[in-house]
Amino acid sequence: MAIRVNGTEVDPPEDARVSLLDLLRERLQLTGTKVGCNQGACGACTVLLDGNRVLSCLTLAVQADGREVTTIEGLADGDGLHPLQAAFIEHDGFQCGYCTPGQICAASAMLREVTEGVPSYVTADLAEEHITLSREEIRERMSGNLCRCGAHNGIIDAILQVATEKAA
Amino acid sequence: MSKVQNAVVGSVRTVLGWVPSQWLPGGTPDPLIARRAAVGRQASRLDGPLKVAGKARFAAEVAVERLTYATLVHSPVARGRITHLDTSAAESAPGVNLVLTYRNMPRIESPALISLSDFSAVGNSALPILQDAEIRYNGQVVALVVAETQEQADHAASLLVIGYAPTKPTTRFQDAQAEARTPESLLVERNHVSVGRAERELARAAHRVDNHYRTPWQNHSAIELHALTVIWDGEDSLTVHDATQMIAPSAVVLAKLFGLKKDQVRVLSPFVGGGFGGKGLWDHQIVAIAAARLLGRPLRLMLTREGVYRIIGGRSPTEQRVAIGADGDGRFTALIHSGHSVMPTYGACPEPFTLGSRALYRAGSFEMLQHHVDLDVVPNTFMRAPGEAIGSFALESAVDELAHEMGIDPIDLRLRNEPERHPISGAPFSQHARRQAFTDGAKRFGWERRQREPGARREGEWRLGLGCATGSFPYARMPGASARITLRRDGAAVVACSAQEMGMGTATVQTQHAADRLGLPVSAVVFKLGDSALPAAPMAGGSSQTASVAGAIIAAAAKLTGELVRLAGNDSPIAGLRAGEVHLVDGGVGAIGDAARHEEYRSILARAGREEITVTATGSPPLEMLKYAMHSTSAIFCELRVSDATGEIRVDRLLGSFDCGTILNPQTAASQFKGGMIMGLGLALTEETLFDERSGRIMNPSLADYHIPVHLDVPEIEVMWTGIPDPRSPLGARGIGEIGITGVAAAVANAVFNATGRRVRELPITLDKLL
Repeated sequence: MAIRVNGTEVDPPEDARVSLLDLLRERLQLTGTKVGCNQGACGACTVLLDGNRVLSCLTLAVQADGREVTTIEGLADGDGLHPLQAAFIEHDGFQCGYCTPGQICAASAMLREVTEGVPSYVTADLAEEHITLSREEIRERMSGNLCRCGAHNGIIDAILQVATEKAA
Repeated sequence: MSKVQNAVVGSVRTVLGWVPSQWLPGGTPDPLIARRAAVGRQASRLDGPLKVAGKARFAAEVAVERLTYATLVHSPVARGRITHLDTSAAESAPGVNLVLTYRNMPRIESPALISLSDFSAVGNSALPILQDAEIRYNGQVVALVVAETQEQADHAASLLVIGYAPTKPTTRFQDAQAEARTPESLLVERNHVSVGRAERELARAAHRVDNHYRTPWQNHSAIELHALTVIWDGEDSLTVHDATQMIAPSAVVLAKLFGLKKDQVRVLSPFVGGGFGGKGLWDHQIVAIAAARLLGRPLRLMLTREGVYRIIGGRSPTEQRVAIGADGDGRFTALIHSGHSVMPTYGACPEPFTLGSRALYRAGSFEMLQHHVDLDVVPNTFMRAPGEAIGSFALESAVDELAHEMGIDPIDLRLRNEPERHPISGAPFSQHARRQAFTDGAKRFGWERRQREPGARREGEWRLGLGCATGSFPYARMPGASARITLRRDGAAVVACSAQEMGMGTATVQTQHAADRLGLPVSAVVFKLGDSALPAAPMAGGSSQTASVAGAIIAAAAKLTGELVRLAGNDSPIAGLRAGEVHLVDGGVGAIGDAARHEEYRSILARAGREEITVTATGSPPLEMLKYAMHSTSAIFCELRVSDATGEIRVDRLLGSFDCGTILNPQTAASQFKGGMIMGLGLALTEETLFDERSGRIMNPSLADYHIPVHLDVPEIEVMWTGIPDPRSPLGARGIGEIGITGVAAAVANAVFNATGRRVRELPITLDKLL
C-alpha cells in the first residue's frame, strides 16, 4: 500500500505514531501545511484526504494509507495559482501567511460541501438541496480555521468571489 | 528605570523645546510627502504568491541534513526545588541523543533585559536558564530532550522522573497588591504625573465619575508556534533560523551569551507567522542552541501550544482606577488614572496603562501613578499596544459614564476636551486631527441613530446598542536603524536591512518607499530583509518599524546622492550642483526646480566605469519624538446586539476612523487596522488566560480554551483615515500596527451599556456578566 500525496506515491512511515502532518512537513519537506497547535484547535494543518478536509495533526499517517492526500502545494493545476490562491492575494486575505494554506485548503473543500448540499449550523432549511452561500454561511463554515492577524474580512471576500465565479 | 533616566529625558526635552524646528530631523517636511508616486498607492503584497502557495519558509521549515528534534519539559509547580532527577529511562529510550537538565546545561548568563537605553538588550526575564534546581514559576523549563525524531523525543520526555519540594508561591494578584512596588518611570516616561491638586478638584467638581476597572491576563496567540532551527558549524559559527521579531538584537545577544564575535552569529527570520510582541528572545532559544552545540548536530525545537503559554509571557492583568471631574459645561477639571499591573522583579516589561491617558484630554489637573505587583509567574511581556489597549478601556469607559451622567453625547463630551497641545508636556502636536476622525467616522457610521437612553432599542430577544471610544498611540522611530542601497548600472536597486516581516507588509511598503525615494519604478527595486547579516534594523515593536526603516533609507539615499554627484563630475548636466541642490528622480539625479538638468543613473555609472554603487547609512537620531507630541489616534464605533435570553453579544458593525499621517499602502494598512480591531474584539469579549490561583498554573493553555475571535465572531469591518501627512516624520507617516486595537474594548463596553444599561467594568465581557 502507499499514500498518494499530490499524485505521487509515498511509503507510510514505519513509526505508527507519525501524524500525517509530520509526515508531510518533516519527511516529505511539504512545509506548506502548517502546525499551529497539534491539537485540532486551529485548522492551520488542514489538508484534503480523498477530497475532504481533515486536520492532518489529528490524522495518523497510516490512516492515509491507500488514500489521496492533497496539500496546498498540490491544489493548483500545474504551476499557476488556484483561483482561491489568486483571490486571497487580491483581497489581502492574509497578513503573516501562516494560517493561509489551511484556510485555502479548507475553503476548497468547503465549497464542494456546499455544492453537495451539506447544511451548516446557520443553514435555515436543513432539507434544502441548493444552499445559497451567504457571507454568514462562509463565516460559520470557516470558523474552524483560526487567524490571529485578523484577515477574516479578506478571507471571506476571497472565498465569496470564487464561489460566485463558480456559480456564474 | 531610574530617577536619573527621568532627569535625562526631561532635560533633553527641555533643550529640544528651545531648538528651532529646522535644525532637527523632520524640521522641514520630507519632500516625498509632496511628490510620492508608489507610496500611497494600493498594492498587493509582494510576498503574496509565496504565502498562498505554502512556499514562504518559516523558521521550522528549513531543510537540514542530520537534523535532531527536541522537546521541552515544564515544571508543574510554581515555587520550590527539584529534589529528585532521574534521566536514565529517557536517555536509554530509542533514538535519544541528549537529555539536558540543570546538571549538564553549560553555565550561561541570562540575556540583558529589554531596555530603551540599550537597543540590543532583548531579554524578557532575569531568571537563570536551566542553571540550578530552583523553580520560580509554574511552567518553567526543567529539561530538554533531543532525539532523532520528534516522536522519539516526545516519548522520552514522558519518561523523565522529576521530584519537587514545593514551597508556597505568591500567585494571587490581590494578595501581592499590598507589597506592590512603585517604579520611577514607565518606559521613557516618568511614572508619577501630578499637575494641580486632582483629588481636591475631583471632590468639588460639578460632575464626577470614579470607578475601578479590571483586565485579565492575555496571550498573543500567534498561529505559528515559537520555533527555531539551530545549526552550529564547528564551535564558532552559529546560524539560527528563528521565529523572531528582533533579528539583529537577538544576534548580538546570542553572540555575547555563547562567547562568539558578532559576525560569527547569523539569525535569519524572513517570515514570522505572527508576533504581536510575543516573538522575542526567551528561554527556549538559549536551551536549544546550547543543546545543539553539545550534541554537534543541527537541532529543531518547536514549542507545543501548551509550551507557548507556559514560557512565553503575555499581557499583564490590571486593576485600574479612573476618576474624572467636570464642570457644568463638561470641561474636565480633574483626570485621575492609577492602579496595579503585574511585573515580577525578574521581568522587564511594565504594562504602561496610564500613558495613553496623558495624551488624550485637556484637564485642569492630573494625577497618574502605577504600581507593580510581584507574582511568581512567567514574566509578562509586551502585547499589541501594551498599556494603551487596556488603559483606554478604563479611561474611555469612564468618559462614556460621565457623558451618560451629564446627559451629553459622548463624542461631544470628548471634543469639548480636545487638547490644543500635549496636555502634560505642553509640546506642540506635530499633526493632530482627531476631531476630523471623529466627525468623519460618526457620519459614515450613522452615529445619529444612537438612542441616548440605554436599552431603548429592541428586536425580538435582542437589545441593540451603539458605542464609541477613542485611542492614542505614540509615534516612535528607533535610533540606530541602518540600511544599504546598491544601485546598479542597469538602473535597478537593491535595498537591504535586517527588518522583520510578520504580516505588516514590510517588504511591500518599503519597496514602494524606496522606489519613490530613488526615483525608480517599483519593478526596479528589491527590498531584502529578515537576516542579521544585513545592516541592522531595530526590533519590530512599538509600531516603529516602518518609520525607523524609512529613516534609514532616507539617510542612505542622501549618502547615495552625494556619491552620485561626486561621480557625475564636470561633464554632467548636473555639474556644479551640490548634493543639497539635487534630488533623485526619473531614474537619475536632477536639479531641484530645473527639470532640464538631469542625468540618468546608468549614464553616470557608465561614464564613471562603475557597475554599481553601494552605500550604507544610519538614520538620524529621532529627536522629533522628543520635541513634538506625535500620536496616532483613533475613533472607534461599534454596534452590537445582546440577547435577553442568553446574554450573548453579537457585534454587527465595527468602524475605525484613524488619524495616523500618510497611509503608505491602503490595502496593507486597512488589513493592519482591521487586524488590530479584531484583536480588540477578543480583548473585549472572549480572551482571558486563566491561572489557577493555588498552583499558579495556566489552566487554558490551548487555542480550544483561550478564545480568539473566529470567522463567525468577526463582522465586516469598515476603516477610514484622514490621511493628513505628519510634517515631522519620514513620508509623513506614523505607526498603524497598534492603534487599531486601542479603544475597541471601550467602544464595545459602551455599546453594551447603550444596549442594556449594564456597565461592565471587567474584561472580557462574557455572558455571565450580563445575566
